Amino acid sequence: YAWDANEEYLFKAMVAFAMRRYSSKSTTQISNVLLCNVTDRVSFWFVVTDSSKNVTTVPGSEVEAAIRMNRNRINSAFLLSDKTLQFLKITSTLSPPVEPSTPVWLIVFGVVLCLIVAGIVFLIISGIRKHKKKSKESTERENLEEKVEVTLENGIPCEALDIKAGHVNGVFAADDERFTSL
Amino acid sequence: LSAAPEIPTEDGRPKWDNKFQYILSCIGFAVGLGNVWRFPYLCQIHGGGAFLIPYFIALLFEGIPLLHLELALGQYLRKGSIGAWNTISPYLGGIGVASWMVSVLISLYYNTVLTWVMWYFINSFQEPLPWSVCPLNENRTGFNEECYESTAVNYFWYRKTLNITPDIAESGRLQWWLILCLAACWAIVYLCTIRGIETTGKAIYVTAIFPYLVLTIFLIQGLTLPGATEGLIYLFTPNLSTLKNPRVWLDAATQIFFSLSLGFGGLIAFASYNPTKNDCEKDAVTVAIVNSMTSLYASIPVFSVLGFKATTAYWDCLDRNIINIINEFDLPEESIIRQNYTSWISFLNSSYPEKIAGLKLKSCDLQEFLDQSVSGTGLAFIVFTQAIILMPGSQAWAILFFIMLFSLGLSSMFGNIEGVFTPLLELQIVPKSAPKELLSGIICLISFLIALCFTLGSGSYWIDIFDRYASSVPLLVIAFFEVIGVVYIYKIKRFSKDVEWMTGRKLNLYWQITWRFISPLLLLIVFTAFITLQLQKPSSYTAWNPKYEGFPMKEEKVYPPWVQAICVLLVALPCVCLPLAALFHLVKQKRRSKDPSLVQPEVFSCQGANI
Repeated sequence: YAWDANEEYLFKAMVAFAMRRYSSKSTTQISNVLLCNVTDRVSFWFVVTDSSKNVTTVPGSEVEAAIRMNRNRINSAFLLSDKTLQFLKITSTLSPPVEPSTPVWLIVFGVVLCLIVAGIVFLIISGIRKHKKKSKESTERENLEEKVEVTLENGIPCEALDIKAGHVNGVFAADDERFTSL
Repeated sequence: LSAAPEIPTEDGRPKWDNKFQYILSCIGFAVGLGNVWRFPYLCQIHGGGAFLIPYFIALLFEGIPLLHLELALGQYLRKGSIGAWNTISPYLGGIGVASWMVSVLISLYYNTVLTWVMWYFINSFQEPLPWSVCPLNENRTGFNEECYESTAVNYFWYRKTLNITPDIAESGRLQWWLILCLAACWAIVYLCTIRGIETTGKAIYVTAIFPYLVLTIFLIQGLTLPGATEGLIYLFTPNLSTLKNPRVWLDAATQIFFSLSLGFGGLIAFASYNPTKNDCEKDAVTVAIVNSMTSLYASIPVFSVLGFKATTAYWDCLDRNIINIINEFDLPEESIIRQNYTSWISFLNSSYPEKIAGLKLKSCDLQEFLDQSVSGTGLAFIVFTQAIILMPGSQAWAILFFIMLFSLGLSSMFGNIEGVFTPLLELQIVPKSAPKELLSGIICLISFLIALCFTLGSGSYWIDIFDRYASSVPLLVIAFFEVIGVVYIYKIKRFSKDVEWMTGRKLNLYWQITWRFISPLLLLIVFTAFITLQLQKPSSYTAWNPKYEGFPMKEEKVYPPWVQAICVLLVALPCVCLPLAALFHLVKQKRRSKDPSLVQPEVFSCQGANI
């Protein structure tokens, strides 16, 4: 927006408002605020006169204090900020940065750590299960081989070896007279 | 006579799920943080595009041959670094031990760098980003003094993250937030390496591919930023006169060497899990070229962002001057803008020189801002974070950036840990019945406990020492003896036959010449040049000292003698393993020859390459 006489009027009104709030006297009028040396830069000097004490100016410190108290109201009236509306010799107090009760990073860290621990536990348990399955399989296989071993020794079925005697070979045992008598 | 090695599937050795996993693991190991924060810096200070000439020459004559050597070695002998070198010749077993030791030292400090990345990552979820605002001092009248004198980004890095002490001799306390992050990082490493390549092979799909995605996103974003083109022009404008400086050639050679992660034993370990009939020649060329291309590709977004940052700083400087002038001369708003600043300045200087001089305007020069080159942690944690604050949607960019750095570092950590894990597994430190998970758990736990000393106040000074000493000279020595050992002790003819058996075609002239003469010669030259340069300048470091007069400049300090002793120890320990192992074996042989009853039957068995 352009800076014209209306804006100047608003400025005078805001300063008067600030003085009224600060000193809680309702005697300051808009006519008490005087602007001078207005430049194109939009910079100017202003003084506040005190109508009760005949054309004397209110001390600068009082005006400064009043403006500092109502700085944000003045800023928002002009849709400006501390940086764009500068009062020379009035430094702004800084607002502290917002700190949540638990630092955010701790929360994120907690989430990350939980995920990692869950992953590790899952992998370890699956590893143990696989190991158990493998060892169970190998012991089962061993048992099976033993049973088979019992029945097959040297390729000859053990039952056959249990039979009494065996077959008599007729060629050798048939003829008793062939043997020489002692 | 080279005996044919056993059929792969019957020796119970774990293997890669597919070839792609193996290539990706090698690429992930080679592509690390150095590709992002060291290569662009070297390009910038060594004449931009001109640096690519020594870089590619070094790649051709040093990088690719050494890489092929390591991969072929691991693949043929199917053992980790200690076992492989013991097989080549028991006198050369020291090379394997030295590689193993270097891998241990580097794993320790590398994961601490990842700790810092993780700390920044978990802090990126806040609005506003914690490194963008200075905290207030005690009575809330102004900002914290240390922060005010330097910048908010510097303050967050040196005070809130590192809580750095002004001197390396002052250790300070353990920083509990860094301990938490360190524990988390080692837990992640354990999670991914818990069963060796079974688990890293799956994790590598994410950690190796994700950085490329993020780099592409940053590339697109970076090119749209104002001032990006200035940064890129500045980076790539070749200045051929820098090639006369031998320092440039040395930096190119060392950069290629360390970038490809040669001499760690990790590549040998990776290749040992391959089937023997695998074309290692093609693999080596692929990995080396992808690594270099990644370096180039990464430097584009990095320099776009740096150009953007320099331009923004330049504009800020101009704007401050303009405000001062307008206030002084009461000119209307917007009468002086950046474009007509120079004409206004010259006009005002001629008409009101005293007033202009009284204003004490800072001279704003874009070149000066572009010249501020940083590499290493400074680039990521100070310069880049500052640039991210200026981008719209800074949280998202910060999160992406730090996840990318984390993935890059993690995939390199896999290689480091494999270099430690595989030889230990083969030496059977833990009985065979114990699960692999136990060994990897022990390694991670012990490393975490030792790495706790990097979380002290002086931790980052120690990391600089490890980076400068443990990861430079020993690797050069190891690589030199690797080449000499294979070419002249194992004999190149034998090795050529082995490689021919594996790849199915004869070794062409390029490999013969580079392996026999060029690479060892080049390594020797690089080694001597490196040592002379290191010895020329006194070992000093820059410390962050808020009480220094020149603050926020860093204070130059010299290492105290006990720290210098530790530096020498870091270099000497791996290197001394080589002669020690040879001596040890010599003594063992002498004792065996004296007592014939002690002759082991193994001496006569066919041990692959020992006939």
